[in-house]
Amino acid sequence: MTFYGKDISGLHADLVAKKVSATELTKAAFDRIQATDDQVQAFLALNKEAALKQAAELDQAGIAADQLLAGIPLAIKDNIVTKGLTTTAASKILENFKPVYDATVVEKLNKAGAITVGKVNLDEFAMGSSTENSAFQTTKNPWDLTRVPGGSSGGSAAAVAAGDVLGALGSDTGGSIRMPASFTGTVGMKPTYGRVSRWGLIAFASSFDQIGWLTQTVKDNAILMSAIAGLDERDMTSANQMVPDFAAGLNDQADIKGMKIAVPREYMEGVDDDVREVIENSLKHLESLGATIDEVSLPHTKYGVPAYYILASSEASSNLQRFDGIRYGFRADDVKNLEDVYVKTRSQGFGDEVKRRIMLGTFSLSAGFYDAYFNKAAKVRRLIAQDFDKVFKDYDLIVGPTGTSTAFKIGAEIADPKQMYFNDVLTVTLNMAGLPGMSIPAGFSKDNKMPVGLQLIGKRFDEATIYKAGYVFEQTTDFHKQTPELG
Amino acid sequence: MNFETTIGLEVHVELKTNSKIFSPSPVNFGAAPNANTNVIDWGYPGVLPSINKGVVRDGIMAALALHANVTKKMHFDRKNYFYPDNPKAYQITQSETPIAHDGWVEIEVDGKKKKIGIKEMHIEEDAGKNTHTGSHSYVDLNRQGTPLIEIVSKADIASPEEAVAYLEALRQRIQFTGISDVKMEEGSMRVDTNISVRPYGSDQYGTKTEMKNINSFNFVKNALNFEADRHQKVLMAGGEIVQETRRYDEATKGTVAMRTKEGSDDYRYFPEPDLPPLIVDDAWIEEIRSQMPEMPGERRRRYVNDLGLTDYDAMVLTQTKEMADFFEAAVKDGGDAKKVANYLMNDVNSYLNNQHVDLQDTKLTPANLAGMIKLIDDGTISSKMAKKVFKGILAGEEPAAFAKANGLVQLSDPAELQPIIDAILDDNQQSIEDFKNGKDRAFGFLIGQIMKKTQGKANPKVVNQLLSKSLNER
Repeated sequence: MTFYGKDISGLHADLVAKKVSATELTKAAFDRIQATDDQVQAFLALNKEAALKQAAELDQAGIAADQLLAGIPLAIKDNIVTKGLTTTAASKILENFKPVYDATVVEKLNKAGAITVGKVNLDEFAMGSSTENSAFQTTKNPWDLTRVPGGSSGGSAAAVAAGDVLGALGSDTGGSIRMPASFTGTVGMKPTYGRVSRWGLIAFASSFDQIGWLTQTVKDNAILMSAIAGLDERDMTSANQMVPDFAAGLNDQADIKGMKIAVPREYMEGVDDDVREVIENSLKHLESLGATIDEVSLPHTKYGVPAYYILASSEASSNLQRFDGIRYGFRADDVKNLEDVYVKTRSQGFGDEVKRRIMLGTFSLSAGFYDAYFNKAAKVRRLIAQDFDKVFKDYDLIVGPTGTSTAFKIGAEIADPKQMYFNDVLTVTLNMAGLPGMSIPAGFSKDNKMPVGLQLIGKRFDEATIYKAGYVFEQTTDFHKQTPELG
Repeated sequence: MNFETTIGLEVHVELKTNSKIFSPSPVNFGAAPNANTNVIDWGYPGVLPSINKGVVRDGIMAALALHANVTKKMHFDRKNYFYPDNPKAYQITQSETPIAHDGWVEIEVDGKKKKIGIKEMHIEEDAGKNTHTGSHSYVDLNRQGTPLIEIVSKADIASPEEAVAYLEALRQRIQFTGISDVKMEEGSMRVDTNISVRPYGSDQYGTKTEMKNINSFNFVKNALNFEADRHQKVLMAGGEIVQETRRYDEATKGTVAMRTKEGSDDYRYFPEPDLPPLIVDDAWIEEIRSQMPEMPGERRRRYVNDLGLTDYDAMVLTQTKEMADFFEAAVKDGGDAKKVANYLMNDVNSYLNNQHVDLQDTKLTPANLAGMIKLIDDGTISSKMAKKVFKGILAGEEPAAFAKANGLVQLSDPAELQPIIDAILDDNQQSIEDFKNGKDRAFGFLIGQIMKKTQGKANPKVVNQLLSKSLNER
């Protein structure tokens, strides 16, 4: 049994009716992982014993109609802390680290009865666009094992695309959920900044980081959002906003007639031809569904990547200082004094990309450079947010490609950081502005048959409009029904 | 050549909140190492700070007590540096937007009053503590996250005497707000100093030297005196002052260089992204202002105007909040204000000084002090007996019960005293003669006999009256 063609609502109905048991679903997940993960390498740790025990308890107690997530197998990105379950952020510096507490999102999923089957791979500390920066393994794209799944939530995307689980938590700092979703033909939501508690998310760049999730369908995605979003007093940046039942309106009645959609000119420039073709078809399709499509301009888009890499790296340089070998995690053993502990632990514990960003961020914050780099980038950030605000005065949704290309070959870009960074050009600006965005399957490249993602960008806290448009698009296409051929 | 001295002080005051500034861990002293810590204090992966609103409130209270302007929109900043007692490797503090700025306190040195400016105040977190024993170093994070207010003076301080007067004024005002114990010896008040010296008339400050964490007012004075002197001597000899951090050495009453600053440390400050900006509205400031306890100046005026104390007494009693509170409670319990003041300033203070304890650490209560004074006033005990009763109330005894139990009650009942007086007079006919012949000494002798007979318990006032009357009747 795979989870292809299944969804949370359907499985939930079967669980309630006892047509299937939580134990069967959990075993199916582990069987599928065993069958595929040697090739895909999405998982860093499996939670088999605890997951099966939890499933057995659920079966014993019975699953009620309002326990929508009970017995549903999910995976969790390994930069989200799980009590007693190894959490590494794919870094040697946290190898074998077993946290003493659960992230808020994990608490919520546990309470809802969701089954955590394991922890999935990422670029070290979520820094990367290909999952090649993991200290432990390179995750492969289930559609083509010679290609990357995108990053940094590549493990989450690959696990969903491989049919291992129905959904996976990820995190998105500059595109780390949407880009992998685009590369693997899955649905990936980055909610509005503040929608989801960051308590327990190992910080990369605090003012950009947002937990989100990847699923096979839009409706499953909406179901996870309603379960996970909400104010948390442990995260002062979390927002006191009503959390609706996002999946409620996603049915046959849903339509996008009269929806005003903006397409930024800048988002269609510099995009590969095969991607542009798919996106142009998607826009025509949206139009045929009754939406109006206008071209608009987000003039500061081109400054997004450089400004993002300055700001996010600055915050990262500070956030990652706590990994010093004193209290937890890896500590170098050939040390003679305190400075040795710091220098050797961090030199041996961090990978190249993490070190590159720590250096970039440290430089940007240094006396004498702060104004020219950090401050200037912060100004660019405000301009980018204003660009969006202006467009959203007249439009309900902004739509464009998620990435400029389809999934690239493993090793193709890893030696050129700048090229790698520019993969984020269409995603980072949302994080700069704190806006919600979702990537949905929009078709396949005619050149390499790889999936292409359509990015739907909403107003702050208006994920509902994104879900509605995404759902209608999905239900009137069949891209999400196609699955990779795997073992 | 004459010189002028410029001193700036940075004072850290530890707040008495129940929990830490960014975590729910308790703030108290004497707990086992790392007992008062949680994942936030450890700088654990994934944790986030939450601001304790009580700290902001206390910060605003301090700002109002120091006549400073409260910042309406403020944020926190990160100060980055590696050290084992600093688990996140950054301190959450305020750099760009201090909680308050441009305050002042008034000092008086040699009869001259002067306002010392306060440049700005920050709220921030304290670090943990490192200890080193033999081959191992230990980190205790109990203190990590304890709330601090940093108070930065303007460079208005012109002498070590003014520096100490400023510190005393600061301590007094903060103490009266009740937000901190402000005890140097316990570290709830810590002082860093900057000092420079320049020739009179020079329009540029001299090179400054810095001293950190000096832990008594006396040491501050000694250290600054030594530095002012050293700077002058170096300059007179044509030398140059090196910008450096120095340490006060108590044994020599001098200072020694610790480390030379090559350029300045780069703490890479930037706005703390985990905490949204704080907006303080006028309503909140006014609410805090309305809760502001009476400041020492207001209390002094009240003691003089309403209770009839002298300026000097009022000043002494308001040196510390605990003394002033004690005084007022004792007066409320019926003790005569002047007498309560005298007891506190003399007997009580000398006891505290001899024992090296603080008032609140003794068993003395305002009710018991007032009770004893009432016993003296109504003649129940003599002032001599009062000395013994005072020892009793220092040990926590209730004065009337203690006096009774220890036989420290005067004989004041004429019905009891008259027979004793009559018997003494019967036995001392010669003294009666002497008295009638104008020898006053005889009266004193007779009093002595009566006191002896009553083992000193007779009320002298009553005995006097009764004896005069009896002699006249003989």
